[in-house]
Amino acid sequence: ELNYIHWKLQAGKCGLCSSVKACLSACGMACQGLQKGETLASLKRECDNLKKKLEEERGKLNDVELHQVAEKTEVLGALSVKTRRVLKGHGNKVLCMDWCKDRRRLVSSSQDGKVIVWDAFTLNKEHGITLPCTWVMACAYAPSGCAVACGGLDNKCSVVPLSLDKTENLAAKKKSVAMHTNYVSGCTFTNSDMQLLTCSGDGTCALWDVESGQLLQSFHGHTADVLSLDLAPSETGNTFVSGGCDKKANVWDMRSGQNIQSFESHESDINCVKYYPSGDAFASASDDATCRFYDLRADREVAVYQKDSIIFGASTVDFSLSGRLLFAGYNDYTINAWDVLKGTRVSVLFGHENRISRVRVSPDGTALCSASWDNTLRIWA
Amino acid sequence: MARDMSDKEILKMELEQLKKEVNTPRTPVSANCADTITFVEGMLPNDPLIKGVPDDKNPYKGDKGGCIIT
Repeated sequence: ELNYIHWKLQAGKCGLCSSVKACLSACGMACQGLQKGETLASLKRECDNLKKKLEEERGKLNDVELHQVAEKTEVLGALSVKTRRVLKGHGNKVLCMDWCKDRRRLVSSSQDGKVIVWDAFTLNKEHGITLPCTWVMACAYAPSGCAVACGGLDNKCSVVPLSLDKTENLAAKKKSVAMHTNYVSGCTFTNSDMQLLTCSGDGTCALWDVESGQLLQSFHGHTADVLSLDLAPSETGNTFVSGGCDKKANVWDMRSGQNIQSFESHESDINCVKYYPSGDAFASASDDATCRFYDLRADREVAVYQKDSIIFGASTVDFSLSGRLLFAGYNDYTINAWDVLKGTRVSVLFGHENRISRVRVSPDGTALCSASWDNTLRIWA
Repeated sequence: MARDMSDKEILKMELEQLKKEVNTPRTPVSANCADTITFVEGMLPNDPLIKGVPDDKNPYKGDKGGCIIT
């Protein structure tokens, strides 16, 4: 067996004791304290067996698929959704956007280092914030509408209060809240302006107190970059879902920091996760060109949204107000609208001239906003 | 962070998690899907992107909306 033998060298690190020395004796000495018989091989076997058991347990209750239960549901008519606004102003790829609760304002962030607050009705740019780093990968509107959060390659997430005074330099009032050890890929305020939830390329998610910058809870479990997170709808309690490069989607308890449920059915990175409006399910978008729907009470994937003709990665998803439609943005520059229940594609939205980085339905469900690497955002209604 | 963990530590972490998850309470897919469908059907009539909104009520339809000139 392979007890005290150097298992494999991965990026200069010993697989047994993470010592950076590649020699047998260094590893043997460091591993003295490890339990005999608990080799990597036996651990791997135990893991694989448990994964099989988990699949079996989940399979026992998989008596039917979502689209089968939905056979009698009325078919949707064609969608009459078109581009109504094109928001131009960013000088480079738009990486993220978020709606304000007032249903007309939105915030967007870009590779050009700028964060812009727009009035989607009038196309007016209300605020512009220039950040010292490029690739602002994440941005979020505060529930009060009085601040925005943003972060990215600077490994931080900062909160900027929005001033009514147009002449004020907002960047000067920027306050660093979250500190990660790698890029910040996503952020959201919780139910108030006082707490911020972030996810990062460092493989963790974290909950922060905005006022003090204190780390309130950290969430460990992903084994690679975390790319997205979403908070459960407020009525359903204190959980959130995250997805990342380890192909896993994890559901977390915010208070205890525990990973409650995890799902590993995608075949590549999960780029985005979004809760269902009822809070009992969530959807994911992946580089494997599929989007999937997971029911939390059944603890399994219940639908896959895919087509042979769709070969490019899906980067972002969001639901329409009723949860009947799932909008998904892809790297082939299109947005597909899927019938969540029947599993069929209802519509394709063309218009962007580069990858879609984010899609978000407005809080009252009247419009869809899409952000793209073509430097623009579009409003569809 | 996972980056700083050895393969063994990562496997141990996964094992602990799997042991917990095998015992997660679950309910049949058919019941939950039926619930999802009921939820959707209840909310569908008010879904603006599906049902549409009359032009005069939709701020995005028609011209660019009002601008306030000061």
